[in-house]
Amino acid sequence: MKKGVIRRVLSYVRPYRFALAVSLIGAAAFVAAELALPVLFGKAADLIIGEGNVDFDGLARIFIVAAACALFAGLMQWTTEAISNKIANGVTERIRNDAFEKLQRAPLSVLDARPAGDILSVEIGDADRLADGLLLGFSRFFTGIITIIGTLAVMFVLNPVIAAVVAVLTPASLFTAKFITGKTYGTFKKQAEITGRQSALIEESLGNLPTIKAYSAEEEFIKKFDDVNGELEKTSLKAVFFSSLTNPTTRFINAVVYAAVAFTGAMLAASGAVGVFAVTAGLLLSLLGYAGKYAKPFNEISSVLTELAGAKACAARLFEVIDGEEETPDVKNAAALSEVKGDVKAEGVYFSYVPERPLIQNFNLDVKSGRKTAIVGPTGCGKTTLINLLMRFYDVNSGEISVDGIPIKDVKRRDLRRSYGMVLQDTWIRKATVKDNIKIGKKDATDEEIERAAKLAGCDGFIKRLPDGYETVIGDDDLSAGQRQLISIARVMLRVPPMLILDEATSSVDTRTEKKISEAFDELTKGKTSFIVAHRLSTIVSADNILVMKDGNVIEQGTHAELMEKRGFYCELYNSQFEKN
Amino acid sequence: MKILLKELGKYGKEAVFAPFFKFLEAAIELVVPFFVSDIIDRGVNGGDKNAVVADLAIMLGLAAVGLVFSVLGQFCSARAAVGFSANVRRKVYVKLMDSPPSVTDKIGVSAMITRMTSDVNQMQTGVNLFLRLLLRSPFVVIGAFVAAAIIDLKVSLVFLVLIAALGAVVAIIMAITLPKYSEAQRKLDDVSLSARENLTGARVIRAFGAEDDEIREYRKKTGALEKFKNRTGMISAFLNPCTFVLVNLAIVALLYFGGVRVNAGVISQGQTVALYDYMSQILIELVKFANLVVTVSKSVACARRVEKVLEEDGSYIKTESGKISDAYVEFKGVSMRYADGGESLTDINLTIEKGQTVGIVGGTGSGKTTLVSLIPRFYDAYKGFVAVGGKDVRSYDVKELRAKIGFVLQKSALFTGTIDGNLRLGNEGLSEEVEREALDAAQATDVVRSKGGDLSAEVRQGGKNFSGGQKQRLAIARALARKPEILILDDSSSALDFATDLKLRRAIKRLDYKPTVIIVSQRTSAVADADKIIVLDEGKVVGVGTDESLTENCDVYREIKRSQQRGAAK
Repeated sequence: MKKGVIRRVLSYVRPYRFALAVSLIGAAAFVAAELALPVLFGKAADLIIGEGNVDFDGLARIFIVAAACALFAGLMQWTTEAISNKIANGVTERIRNDAFEKLQRAPLSVLDARPAGDILSVEIGDADRLADGLLLGFSRFFTGIITIIGTLAVMFVLNPVIAAVVAVLTPASLFTAKFITGKTYGTFKKQAEITGRQSALIEESLGNLPTIKAYSAEEEFIKKFDDVNGELEKTSLKAVFFSSLTNPTTRFINAVVYAAVAFTGAMLAASGAVGVFAVTAGLLLSLLGYAGKYAKPFNEISSVLTELAGAKACAARLFEVIDGEEETPDVKNAAALSEVKGDVKAEGVYFSYVPERPLIQNFNLDVKSGRKTAIVGPTGCGKTTLINLLMRFYDVNSGEISVDGIPIKDVKRRDLRRSYGMVLQDTWIRKATVKDNIKIGKKDATDEEIERAAKLAGCDGFIKRLPDGYETVIGDDDLSAGQRQLISIARVMLRVPPMLILDEATSSVDTRTEKKISEAFDELTKGKTSFIVAHRLSTIVSADNILVMKDGNVIEQGTHAELMEKRGFYCELYNSQFEKN
Repeated sequence: MKILLKELGKYGKEAVFAPFFKFLEAAIELVVPFFVSDIIDRGVNGGDKNAVVADLAIMLGLAAVGLVFSVLGQFCSARAAVGFSANVRRKVYVKLMDSPPSVTDKIGVSAMITRMTSDVNQMQTGVNLFLRLLLRSPFVVIGAFVAAAIIDLKVSLVFLVLIAALGAVVAIIMAITLPKYSEAQRKLDDVSLSARENLTGARVIRAFGAEDDEIREYRKKTGALEKFKNRTGMISAFLNPCTFVLVNLAIVALLYFGGVRVNAGVISQGQTVALYDYMSQILIELVKFANLVVTVSKSVACARRVEKVLEEDGSYIKTESGKISDAYVEFKGVSMRYADGGESLTDINLTIEKGQTVGIVGGTGSGKTTLVSLIPRFYDAYKGFVAVGGKDVRSYDVKELRAKIGFVLQKSALFTGTIDGNLRLGNEGLSEEVEREALDAAQATDVVRSKGGDLSAEVRQGGKNFSGGQKQRLAIARALARKPEILILDDSSSALDFATDLKLRRAIKRLDYKPTVIIVSQRTSAVADADKIIVLDEGKVVGVGTDESLTENCDVYREIKRSQQRGAAK
């Protein structure tokens, strides 16, 4: 494990140091009051000797003190728990926020490389586990340790011989508990791993249920499920059973300790021990009470220890995210982009995601302000990569891209991105109202502006048909692919940025709607630099310049007419669309 | 709860023995204070060493026997709980596999994963704890009370008051906090959703430069969660202190009344100590019992959710078999609606002859996918009927019906495993020769070659290691490999470039087993040479005919076609 995890968690605790101190003092006060009670009760028992021999005045005095002690202890215990809870929650949410903030600043290459589910399990699951661990740590761990030390001390004062007997015997309980938890830790880890595999299988098969049904492959998947389910059952049984052994064994040891205390005490009394070794019935009652109390924290601490080890591992995973890479910061005095004209130029650009597989090589581009550039080519030719570079989602390996003559690496990243309106093939709709979904790029947009944008994007009609119109809460599953694209387009229509990037923006929209949208786009792109990726060649015929890409390179370039005349790759692609079988 | 209780019934033996062993263990624990009392009266006060040694031996013996019973009890309850939850998981999975997809649609995949993992786990914990404490806790509490009553009936009334007071405290605190737990869970779901959205939508958020807005929003959500958890925590933090105070006050009362009774000569000092001892046992057990009540009520909530899934109607309606149509495929007066929406298809009538190629075109949301989904009975029409081979689809055994059909979905699904495993889906006995032929026809031989030419090449979850076009071609090959009587392509070549798409259509035309082909497409060029084209608009058939006749007569078709023609965008 990484060094300093605990120290870093503590640095998050620092703002709560006052609260923590109160909580610790509360815990100590609770333990003190809790320990005083058996002594008081023992003394009380000694006042109850036999028929006609009970000191009621003495009892009354003891009872008042005992009741006050109990109330005080209760108050302290509540304070400790409530404050620990507050600290644990506060620390966790702060760490969670920091991790989230880091994810917003991380380069996309990092996010692209790691499955979202995995990051999410850190951000949500691990953080929660950390909170649980912290809470247990603050409330139980300290109380436990203070209780053990305090109990042992009091017992030594009451009767050193019996205390010694207890001190020798109880660590056996800790030892067995530790032995058992150590054994089960491995099975628990295996259980988590199998559960992960099972979840993946469930997700895969339920997510593609129609396909499975179409092929009547249900039995096949039920068999796969049975295999992993059986494996899980076997491992779970081991984990559950072994971990549940802690309880009986520690209880057994407690019983032995208890018997030993009773035996030693009685033998001492029977042999007429005097002085510090003297034993009365009341003293024995106190000692028996302590024997029970003394053993309990061992039991708890051993379970808290495994919990804490888990929490530490979770914290380490969170810090790994927080320590992750960030996008290279904007250069000093980075230029602000305002009033963008829209001259885009790329010179000698080389780029690859992995060094061994070169992708874009010596790419050149010169787009004058207000021109419409279409990018076509088969899948995997580098179209999407080109967009990644224009938007600076990824940085070029060498060469330079510039906007209005300023190299984009010298421009504020946010300005650069906001000067493009981007619509991607993979739409993204968040669970929120339609209105909030549309105004993501312009938080202060008025309702009229939003409606106008939706009308331009051709989605006003279906939005109005939703149960609550623009206030309807939508999620990814509530809309068809085409409707989602229309909402994404409305987002861009709302902002009217100086440049546009449309990556298969209308692939899931039917052709009639598409036509309406492209008219809207034509209106929108008038005088604006735009880049359009499309499979449907009809969408690109009207471009000022067509880049035909293959394997990361531009192989042809020109207007539709020029390219058709050339009778090259583009011409072949175009014609295949109209060929009869 | 009936269905789930029946599942638990399968572990009847364990479910009976677990509480029984735990009961024996508790009974033994209850005997111990008698010997402590004896040690004090005969040993401490009487000086009888032999009696003390004998008592010690008995106490150690009891501890050992108690350990054995306890371990046996833990084992039985672990077995029942784990076995039960494994069976429930399986039952849910099988239920979903055997029901029409509408059942899964209704609940949602991620919700189903939660049901089968965390909900079932919570149930497992609940059953385990329940079996362990079912007899033990009440027995210890009641037993300790009875034992106390035997020592002195009047003093034991203190126990009754304590038990009632503790019960009330636990009930009140739980009544307040339990609903708050689910509220906190909802708030956490909120945070989780926000985090997920920011991961999946990272590009869009950055494109709009909205990172700082998102961070602010997220902080608001985590802040709300934190505040809520703090408040709930303050209330649930009352549980332990309240118990502690009550029990200690009860001990005070106990010792006082004990004192009165000893003074009157009714009981001895040792018996007072024994009463004290029973009080401590009750305390420990009641705390556990409160825990059990919390856990069990959470488990019951989970069990209800799981049971709801199992109660879904997942059966297929069966009708009389008999010839009701002369066409090979016929839709007669078919209307269809999804569980939660308006009508998706209205009064559809159409016929398809054996061996024909039929195209279905129409705008987004016009009902194309819904229409073809009725053929393999992914959904059922609520009015009219769909017939295949002259018989109502509902009169077939579903598997028999689906065996006739090769269906390629819009979203091509590849499963974790190998290319070979994917091609043999539901069709284990396929020969490599047939697979290769199918790959050839689907233009997917290239795809296999790009992975080294070996059919055992790996396919990762969701086919992530293939591009969209490659996935589509493999999915088509899978459908062709079973040589279906009816081949349905639901917009399944959208990621292919025109040249490849054309080659694919030509290859399908040449298939020697002459399937009936139904092509759903957005491109009129893809269906132009079909024997019959069906045009859908807003769930209704607005045109049936050939490319030529539709271009002449059907406005919707003409408009779609025009928008895709040469120079249309000008």
